Amino acid sequence: MMKAHDLVSMNQAKDAAGADHFRSQQHIRKLWTMPFVLAIVAVVALGVLSLLIGAYNVRGQPDGINMIFITRIPRTAALMLTGAAMSMSGLVMQLITQNRLVEPTTTGTIEWSGLGLLCVYLIFPAPSLALRMAGAILFSFTGTMIFFLLLRRVKLRSSLIVPIMGMMLGAVISAISTFIGLVFNMTQNIETWFVGSFAPVQIGRYEYLWLIVLIAVLIFLYADRLTLAGLGEDIATNLGVNYNRIVLLGTGLISFGVGVVAAVIGNLPFLGLIVPNIVSMYRGDDLRSNLPWVCLLGMGILTLCDIISRTIIKPFEVPVSLILGVMGSVVFIVILLKQRRLK
Amino acid sequence: MIKIENAGKSYADDVQIGPLKIDIPKAGITSLIGPNGAGKSTALLMIGRLLNMDHGHISVADMDVSSAHSKDLAKIVTILRQENHFVTRLTVRQLVGFGRFPYSQGRLTREDEVIISKYIDFFGLSCLENRYLDELSGGQRQRAYVAMVLCQETEYVLLDEPLNNLDIARSVDMMKHLRDASNRFGRTILTVMHDINFAAKYSDRICAMKDGKIAAFGTVEEIMNTETLTDIFETSIEIIDGPSGPVAIY
Amino acid sequence: MRELASPHPGSLEVTFHPQHRSATAFPSKEEERRYWLLLVTFIALGVLASYGLLMYNNPVPVDSPSFLPVVRRRMTALVAMLIAAVCQSLSTVTFQTITHNRLITPSLLGFEALYATIHTSTMFFFGVGTFISYSGVESFIFQVVMMVLLSLILYGWLLSGKYGNLQLMLLVGIIIGTGLRSVSSFMRRLLAPSEFDILQARLFASVNHSDASFFPLAIPIVCVAAFLLFARSKNLNVISLGKDIATSLGVNHQHSLLFTLTLVSLLMAVSTALVGPLTFYGFLVATLSYQATRTYDHRYLFPMALAIGFLMITGAYFLMYHVFSAQGVVSVIIELFGGIAFIMVVLRKGTL
Repeated sequence: MMKAHDLVSMNQAKDAAGADHFRSQQHIRKLWTMPFVLAIVAVVALGVLSLLIGAYNVRGQPDGINMIFITRIPRTAALMLTGAAMSMSGLVMQLITQNRLVEPTTTGTIEWSGLGLLCVYLIFPAPSLALRMAGAILFSFTGTMIFFLLLRRVKLRSSLIVPIMGMMLGAVISAISTFIGLVFNMTQNIETWFVGSFAPVQIGRYEYLWLIVLIAVLIFLYADRLTLAGLGEDIATNLGVNYNRIVLLGTGLISFGVGVVAAVIGNLPFLGLIVPNIVSMYRGDDLRSNLPWVCLLGMGILTLCDIISRTIIKPFEVPVSLILGVMGSVVFIVILLKQRRLK
Repeated sequence: MIKIENAGKSYADDVQIGPLKIDIPKAGITSLIGPNGAGKSTALLMIGRLLNMDHGHISVADMDVSSAHSKDLAKIVTILRQENHFVTRLTVRQLVGFGRFPYSQGRLTREDEVIISKYIDFFGLSCLENRYLDELSGGQRQRAYVAMVLCQETEYVLLDEPLNNLDIARSVDMMKHLRDASNRFGRTILTVMHDINFAAKYSDRICAMKDGKIAAFGTVEEIMNTETLTDIFETSIEIIDGPSGPVAIY
Repeated sequence: MRELASPHPGSLEVTFHPQHRSATAFPSKEEERRYWLLLVTFIALGVLASYGLLMYNNPVPVDSPSFLPVVRRRMTALVAMLIAAVCQSLSTVTFQTITHNRLITPSLLGFEALYATIHTSTMFFFGVGTFISYSGVESFIFQVVMMVLLSLILYGWLLSGKYGNLQLMLLVGIIIGTGLRSVSSFMRRLLAPSEFDILQARLFASVNHSDASFFPLAIPIVCVAAFLLFARSKNLNVISLGKDIATSLGVNHQHSLLFTLTLVSLLMAVSTALVGPLTFYGFLVATLSYQATRTYDHRYLFPMALAIGFLMITGAYFLMYHVFSAQGVVSVIIELFGGIAFIMVVLRKGTL
C-alpha cells in the first residue's frame, strides 16, 4: 500500500515534493527541542521517584534490592506503559472521529471491556490473565466498532453531542453488566475490577503490558493514514487510503491497548482525554509530531498520580483510578470551559 | 424604521463586526449583500435579537431590541435563519399556525385560522397543508417557513439567505412572493442575499457590507454600478443595462 | 402534485376544502380518535395492574384481621410507583423537548451519582447502624435538597449569562457524575461484604424502600411541579421549534429553560430519593409515548406519557411478582429493557 504522503507528492510538481521533503526534515529536527528534552528528564525523574517510594523501606532492609526488582521496577514500567497506552488510545480515537472529547471513557469502551471481563469470569472457572485479556479486548473491539459505526450513520450537529451519546451508551452497557452481576451475584467483584490500581503489579503479573510497545510502534507507522481517515471517508479514499481497513486497524489498536490495561490494571478514567487535549492546546493538531509528547505526558501524569496515591495516606494506598477520576473530571471541565470562551 | 447605532460584536481580537451605523426605512425590500465573512448574517441576527451585541444600540420601530420584552418585539419583528431542524413532526399548517403564537399564545381562534389559511394560500401550499414537513421537498419546506414568519404579521421581516438550496425556478417564485408580500401586506423585508442579480431585481434598496462594516447603502440604481461592486467584492464586476434593470456580469 | 404558481388575488376568503381547515394538534380526526383510544386503554390496563398488585395472591384470606395491613403495605408500594411514574415520565419528555434530543435522559445531570455518593458515604463513614436508621423524613429532605442544589448550581453556572450553553452543561453534569462515581466506587470497595450487600439493596431502585412517611412531603411537591409543567405545555411546544424560532416568536428562551429545568430537577430528585435511581425507565416511557401520540403537542404527550409510565411500572411489578416470582430485580429489568430500547432507537434512527 502506498503511503499517503507518496501519493500526494506524486500528484504535485517536483518542487512541491521537494518542499515536502524539506518540511519533514525540519519537523524531525523540531522534535528534539529543549522543552522535549526537559520533558524526558522530568519523566525519568518521576520514574526514579516512583522506584523509591513505597510502604516498604527498600534502603533499610537487606532484601530491599529484591523488592525493587519484584515490585518497584515492574510497577514503574507498568505506569509508563499504561500511561502511554491510554493516552495514545485517546489520541487515535480523537483522530478517527475528529472530535476532541472522545476517549475510551466517553465512548463506552471501558464499560464494554468490563462486560468482557465479566463474561470471561462467568464462562471459565478460573481464567488466566491471558484469557481475561482476550475477553476484554474482544468486547472493547466490538463496543468501539459499534460506536464508530453509529457515528458514521448519524448526522451530528455539534461536537459536544458525541461524548454525551458515548456516555449514554456506556451507561446502557453498565446496566447490562449490573444485571448480569446481580443475577450471578458478582456485583462487588465488578466494582473491584473496575477500580484501577497498580498495587498488585509485580513480576509475573504484568508482562503483557509490554505488548503496548508494539501498539505504539504500529501507531507511529500508521499515523499519517489515521489522520487522513479522520478527514472522512471521501477525502481519505480520494487520497488512496483504504478507509475501512484503516478504521478497523485503528479500532483494533485502541481495543488492544484498552483491553490489556483493563485486564491487568483496571479502569483508568479520563487519561486518554486530558493528555491529548493538553498537548494540542500548546502544540496544535499535528498527529505525527504530537505523538511523542502525548506518550511522554501520559507517562508523566500517570506516574505522578500513582505517586500521589501512594503517599497521600501513607502507609496505605489509594487506588490510582480515584485520583485520576477526581483530577480528570476537574481538568476535563476546565478544558471545556476554556473552549467555550472561544465561541 | 430600523435604527442601528454603533452596534458591534467582536469574536476575537481580529474578527470584529461593526461599529455599524445605518437607518433602514420602512416599507419595501432591502437586500444585504457582501462577500463571505462580511458580517451580514451577524448583523441580521443582532437586529433580530438572536445575537447579543457587545456595544451599541439597535431599535426597530422605536423599540430597543436589547431591552424590550421579547414578547412585544415578536409583534414587530420576526427573523428566519438558514437552517431549521425540528425533532418533532409538524404539518405545514401546524407550523404556519405557530406564527400566531405572539398573539394567541397557542390558543388559536377562528380569526387566527383565517389568517393562517390566507398565508398558506398565498404561498400555494393549500394542497400540502396537512402533510408533514419532512415529506416535502426543500423548496416547499422553505415556503412553509417563510409562510410562518409572514403569518406572524410583523411589520419587519428578517430573512437570512432565504434562497439557499432553492433552484432558479423556486428562487424566482420565492422572490416574487416576497415582493408581493411587501407590496400587498406592506411589510418591510430585510434579507441577506448571495446573488446580487436577485437582489437588484427584487429589492428597493441595497446595503453592502465588507469586512464587518457597511460599505454602501442606497437604492438599487445607486449601488448597482461597476466601481462600487468591484470594490466591495474585490473581483471584476461589470454592470450592464438589462431589459428590466441593471444586471451584474461576473 | 402540481404546485400553485401564483397566489390568490388579495382576498381573505377561506378557500373551499372538504374538511374544516384548522391547525389543531392532530392532522386528522382518525389520529385524534386513535390517541384517545390508546390513552383510555393504557389507563384501564394500568388500573387493572394496580388492582392486581393490591388484591391478587394475597396470602391472607379476606376476612382475616391482617388482610387490611397487607393491602395497606401494598398500597404504599403502589403510591410510590405512581409517584415514580409521574416524575420520570414528565421530566424525561420535558427534558428531551428542551434539549432537542430524544436520546438523552435527565439523569445525565448527575442525580444518580449524587444519590449513590450520599448513601455510600453514609455507610462508609458512619457504619451500618446509622445507615439503617438514617431513613426518616430528614434524610429524604436532605437528599432532595442536595440534588436540586447540585442542578441549580449547574444551571446557574453554565446555562445562564452570556456563555450559556445547554450541551456544555449536560456534558459537565455527566463528568461530575463520573467523578462522583469514582469516589463512591472506591468507598464501596473498602466496605465489608455484609455492609456492601445492605448498601447495594439501597442503590437499586425499589418501590419497597419507600417510606409512607415521605408521602405527605413528596405528593404535594410532585403535584405542584406536574401541574406547572402541564401549564407550560404551550410554551414547551414553541421551544421544541428551536431556540431561534422560539425567540422570534417572543418566548424568553433562557428564562423558560431555567424554570422548566428547575421543575425537572425537582421531580427527578423526589423520584430518586423516594424510589432510587432509574436511568432508562424514563427514556423507555418517553420513546413509547412519542410512538403512541403522533403529535408535537405536549398537552397530549404528557397524559400519554403518564399513562404509559404508570402501566409499565405496575405491569412490570405485577409480572415479576406474580408470574415470574422474581421480586428482587424488577427495576434492573426495567432498566435493561430501557437500555436495549435506547440502543435500538439509536441504531434505527440515523440522526441524533
